[in-house]
Amino acid sequence: MSLEEIEKIAGQNYKYGFKSDIETEVIPKGLNEDVVRLISERKKEPKFMLEYRLKAYNHWKTLTEPDWTHLEYPTIDFNDISYYAEPKKKEKLESMDDVDPELKRTFEKLGIPIVEQKRLANVAVDAIFDSVSVATTYKDKLLEHGVVFCPLSEALEKYPEIVKKYLGSVVPHTDNFYAALNAAVFSEGSFVYIPKDTVCPMELSTYFRINAEETGQFERTLIVCEENSKVSYLEGCTAPMFDKNQLHAAVVELVALDNAEIKYSTVQNWYAGDPKTGKGGIYNFVTKRGKCAGKSSKISWTQIETGSAITWKYPSCLLIGDDSVGEFYSVALTNHHQQADTGTKMYHIGKNTKSTIISKGISAGKSINTYRGLVQINKSAKGAENFTQCDSMLIGSDCSANTFPYIDVRNAQSTLGHEAATVKVTEDQIHYFQQRGINMEDALTTIVNGFCADVFKELPTEFAVEATQLLSLKLENTVG
Amino acid sequence: MFNIKDLKASIGDKEILKGINLTINPGEVHAIMGPNGSGKSTLAKVLTGHPDFTEAEGSVLLKGKNLLELDPDERALEGLFLAFQYPVEIPGVNNEEFLRMAYNAKMKKNGKDAVDPLDFSDFIQEKLAKLSMDESFLERNVNHGFSGGEKKRNEILQLLVLEPEMVILDETDSGLDIDALRIVAKTVDAYRRADRGILVITHYQRLLDYIKPDIVHVLANGKIVKSGDKSLALELEDKGYDWVEAEAK
Ligand SMILES: Nc1ncnc2c1ncn2[C@@H]1O[C@H](COP(=O)(O)OP(=O)(O)OP(=O)(O)O)[C@@H](O)[C@H]1O
Ligand SMILES: [Mg+2]
Repeated sequence: MSLEEIEKIAGQNYKYGFKSDIETEVIPKGLNEDVVRLISERKKEPKFMLEYRLKAYNHWKTLTEPDWTHLEYPTIDFNDISYYAEPKKKEKLESMDDVDPELKRTFEKLGIPIVEQKRLANVAVDAIFDSVSVATTYKDKLLEHGVVFCPLSEALEKYPEIVKKYLGSVVPHTDNFYAALNAAVFSEGSFVYIPKDTVCPMELSTYFRINAEETGQFERTLIVCEENSKVSYLEGCTAPMFDKNQLHAAVVELVALDNAEIKYSTVQNWYAGDPKTGKGGIYNFVTKRGKCAGKSSKISWTQIETGSAITWKYPSCLLIGDDSVGEFYSVALTNHHQQADTGTKMYHIGKNTKSTIISKGISAGKSINTYRGLVQINKSAKGAENFTQCDSMLIGSDCSANTFPYIDVRNAQSTLGHEAATVKVTEDQIHYFQQRGINMEDALTTIVNGFCADVFKELPTEFAVEATQLLSLKLENTVG
Repeated sequence: MFNIKDLKASIGDKEILKGINLTINPGEVHAIMGPNGSGKSTLAKVLTGHPDFTEAEGSVLLKGKNLLELDPDERALEGLFLAFQYPVEIPGVNNEEFLRMAYNAKMKKNGKDAVDPLDFSDFIQEKLAKLSMDESFLERNVNHGFSGGEKKRNEILQLLVLEPEMVILDETDSGLDIDALRIVAKTVDAYRRADRGILVITHYQRLLDYIKPDIVHVLANGKIVKSGDKSLALELEDKGYDWVEAEAK
């Protein structure tokens, strides 16, 4: 087998590239104050929300797109995007039976169990279709434990005080260009609230799906974990194949109080564009940040990034509480013409705060895979510790990998460890497998899985298998 | 059972194998000796379908099938096995899992069910014992950080697991200490069977003391220039290669 063949192995048909035939109502393209008002009105939001959106919109107008990333893409015309789309049948859904059957079928095709008691028996799912949440499972069972898991719009209605207190408290609307845009036009998202002394009894999970063409998806997730509480949350994403690029600019905010622990996992498989031409695909510009506000709190990000034409994403931790812990485990696979610029930022503020960063970048095809990370240890963070390991794997010879680990230490009583390695999958390795009767695809998958093992073991068990399968799918040979 | 006919292979413009003819009958052990750079490992790689040599000419029949038309993994599943001169390291891939994958690929080819990790673990213990290998090798990653001799022994472990019909050993003896050489060589000798063929590439008589070959070939400059019985190996050990090469001209 030649190098070219190894490269070919990288190909795969995007399994989720179908578009569902569901009547959607899309508001006209373009962004202005009226659009912001319209969105807020559609969602019947409280007044403070509209005010917040307008403030964000007016701030956004003063900003320009960031150009410091390692990404290349044509300028986005923000007036050529529609900012809101919803499935037409929209009356309040009281039970799963009310969900549009076509929608149900879509989610079934995606392998997502919005019907209760299905496959992942112990996972509560919130399914978001374009701009609207269509189904949240296990809501009642969770409520018995005091756990709130619902669409953000519903939370604004039922728990406006909590939302008001925490929304924008971790990622302010002034944070960056896309965060400002999201704050102005966000349409839906998930809300999780875990009360004091509560361990959430099951995995929570949200699936995002962009279906309508030329719409953006701007969801916003807020997770608040009170003292001595614990939750594990997973998001999964897919989108149909379109020639035109679609914009996804999400914001995720996590708040952990004293002794609270939040584990946030992502399996991202947005459409990556045409494998040959690179046309189409999702632009994924996401701001994710967690605040370890309380003492001995812990926030852990695990991400498996396999999709999108462009990914721009740095799940971060603000380690404010003393003894708080931040973790980032990442596998980013890029193939064909994909570009990913991803990593994390760990801000050590409290005493004896600890952070761990394990990043595994895999590039194949003509893709570009960049790790960009910041570890900032502030003066107040006496006794802080960080360990960073960022490894890259190259498959074929047309791809590239970069690592930019920035370190900013402002006190002498802290410890930092850093390891980095770049490995290449060689023809000799693949040949070795083949000589023992193992085919090329299995060989590559096994090597890649081995490379990612440190990250996979951080995923909730229900999803570890899926992640492994997703990677092998992504590496599947489409050419015989 | 194994029939190489007029096999030629090049790297770029450089012809390395210049027409090799070799027939191994069931039950036979052949040895190939020859100077450094004469093309011995190249021959082994061409036979297994290494990507450096995809455009070989000629034919290689194993039980009647032309291997040159098959992918490397298909060749292996037909029963061809090479113990590499330089086994490659595969970080991140567990040795036992690798062995089980290979074993199950063979089971699948034979229409049998895959063995589960527990049964495989029992199965492998006995093989390890044969080679006096420590169990800890199973927990490590494939050849990763293995010493030269440990890598060679690991190759023979794979041989015992996969039980191929046509075995090529490329300088398996080099890198082994005296005791390891004895263990490995005796294991290979015990592997001889009426329905199996073995091709041993080596520089030294010491290996052939244990595995007595039926025929010894001398490969020089991409061609088999002389063949004889096992006494030829002793003669080479004594006199070197110059006289053979001179004779061939
Ligand atoms: N990939 C390659 N690129 C360039 N030259 C090669 C390549 N592989 C083999 N050769 C050359 O082909 C010739 C034969 O090499 P080969 O490894 O087959 O020798 P050998 O007989 O196995 O030698 P040794 O006894 O040292 O193991 C050598 O001159 C070698 O340099
Ligand atoms: Mg050699």
